[in-house]
Amino acid sequence: MRITRTLRAAAAAALLLTAAACGSSGSGGGASPGGLNPPDLKAPSALGRTEGQVNLIAWAGYVEDGSNDPKVDWVHDFEKQTGCQVHSKVAASSDEMVKLMKTGEYDAVSASGDASLRLIASGDAAPVNTALVPNYKDVFPDLKLQAWNSVKGKAYGIPHGRGANLLMYDTQKVNPAPTSWSAVFDDAARYKGHVTAYDSPIYIADAALYLKATRPELKIKDPYALDQKQFDAAVALLKKQNADVGEYWSDYLKEVSAFKSGDSVIGTTWQVIANLAASEGAKIKAFVPKEGATGWSDTWMVSAKAKHPNCAYKWLDWIVSPKVNAQVAEYFGEAPANAKACALTGDKNFCATYHAADTAYWKRVAFWNTPIQQCLDGRTDVKCVPYAKWVQAWTEIKG
Amino acid sequence: MTVVAQTAGQGPRATARRLAGALHRRPRLRLALLLTAPLLWLAVLYLGSLAVLFVSAFWTTDSFTSEVVKVWSADNFHTLFTTPVYRQVILRSVGVALAVTALCVVIAFPVAFYTARVARPRWRPLLVVAILTPLWASYLVKVYAWRLILSQGGLCDWMLEPLGLSGPGFGLPATVLTLTYLWLPYMILPVHTALAQFPANLLDASADLGARPGRTFRSVVAPMVLPSVAAGSIFTFSLSLGDYITVQIVGGKTQLIGNLVYSNIELDLPMAAALGTVPVVVIVLYLLAMRRTGALSSI
Repeated sequence: MRITRTLRAAAAAALLLTAAACGSSGSGGGASPGGLNPPDLKAPSALGRTEGQVNLIAWAGYVEDGSNDPKVDWVHDFEKQTGCQVHSKVAASSDEMVKLMKTGEYDAVSASGDASLRLIASGDAAPVNTALVPNYKDVFPDLKLQAWNSVKGKAYGIPHGRGANLLMYDTQKVNPAPTSWSAVFDDAARYKGHVTAYDSPIYIADAALYLKATRPELKIKDPYALDQKQFDAAVALLKKQNADVGEYWSDYLKEVSAFKSGDSVIGTTWQVIANLAASEGAKIKAFVPKEGATGWSDTWMVSAKAKHPNCAYKWLDWIVSPKVNAQVAEYFGEAPANAKACALTGDKNFCATYHAADTAYWKRVAFWNTPIQQCLDGRTDVKCVPYAKWVQAWTEIKG
Repeated sequence: MTVVAQTAGQGPRATARRLAGALHRRPRLRLALLLTAPLLWLAVLYLGSLAVLFVSAFWTTDSFTSEVVKVWSADNFHTLFTTPVYRQVILRSVGVALAVTALCVVIAFPVAFYTARVARPRWRPLLVVAILTPLWASYLVKVYAWRLILSQGGLCDWMLEPLGLSGPGFGLPATVLTLTYLWLPYMILPVHTALAQFPANLLDASADLGARPGRTFRSVVAPMVLPSVAAGSIFTFSLSLGDYITVQIVGGKTQLIGNLVYSNIELDLPMAAALGTVPVVVIVLYLLAMRRTGALSSI
């Protein structure tokens, strides 16, 4: 009896508090004024003795020790050569990577562009002295010192590989073959209930990329630098698309199964998903539409609080060494970062399939970046919509 | 030598006896010792974490680095009540929980009536075991099985095809269906127990007084079984309200409150906490409502 009375009192208190909450004004989170001013951290100038172990956060398939497939193993050789025992944690999303890095328990992370700037700004990632990573010299020049892996000419990581977000469709159910992203935006109603899209706020950039080509009056230059008007247009487009979407995917196995069963017939994908679905018998095709595509470029970054920095540097060098970079790229299904890796892939056409050295191809890909208030495209007369707002908008788009 | 050994052996035994005597004389001390550990567990681990959840809902985050800033503000609750999408998702989640509960009641009643009163007594325990067996299988296996059943050209489509119909596909109906399947045993069991203990002579008396089966059900059976239905509904309602995995697998693009908590937990912990207090409040209200039916004493 007494307990229920307490419960009732607690419920009443909760209601009162929430009523009070409704009256308050929004004070908002404090964004860093004046754009990206990361804490002044120093990169090491020389390496010391290795610490005997290293803790990594990685995308699935980046740190393979043979436990998933005995033939896929580049961790044991690393352990033998350097004496650094590898402990790896697979993260399912960029947001999870950011959260794990904040714990300070990890030494290095394979961050995508939608996480890297956040890690740099919060001081969780330290600058990297590329001179201590001998294999860095062979990395494709168009991957070095880009907006998502450096700040003001200072490198914050070593490029790992890259890929584009392709348009995949069921060749039997989608006729005629699409050439444009309009198939999932303006013409999505033709495949009502069977359109799929990537379940992440960063997908708003895909809509912006399409609007950049189809609505020039919006003057979108960079899909990650959207002012309020451009952002609202992209969100409106996605809300319209939502009516035709069957399901959003974030787990790649879910997309493979949806394309196999026919629940999804058209939508964004990664090359590796397309390969997997095709190998399991789905009649699909994946390509970069005429408007170009968004894409990702992953960067190995070192934690500012790394307890094993020397082993972390050894790992950075190891993962972009020609042989290992070829192995990981081929296993994961992405273009390798090291130019010399292309000679060492098992499938000799691999680099051609993934356009590894095709500079013109990558020019059409807008790599994931973290939207911040200061416009990344250099505009200073307007404020851009920061990522936190993208997250809220994404919830509203899904409804 | 033996004397020494004996006194040494009597030492601890004597202390134990003295202690037992002291405890026997002080029942309050006995109770305190017995209850300290479980009460600490309840107060610190359970209520404590609920309190932390509620408190952290009043913090904010840095919009860029998504680090929690411990500045007091009620903005999260303000957003929660003023943003249409949150209201919509909250209503949808409560609607799903109510629909699952209603479906469970409708299905559980005849099943429980059969297992408790119609089936031969020697079969009854076996039937109860059969109802419980799905609980032995993994939650994920069952939900993925439903994904296959409901997918395009799956079992559901195949069975409805001769009738010129097609399955519901992935979405809200699929979610309600799957959750009903998952939580049905939690409803059948209390109803079965209530019906099994139901005195048969009440039914006879009702019939002797001229009541038809419908009237007997309404005026005799239902009021006596209602507390058990309410008890079962507490399980089905709260389990459905908190679920966010089923809806990800068979819900298509549907979002429930758990999905919002999940999508906020990494970037905006305080907002996730604010969202997380909603099901707590809803369930407290539901428990208070169910207490009126006497359900809490028949769990």
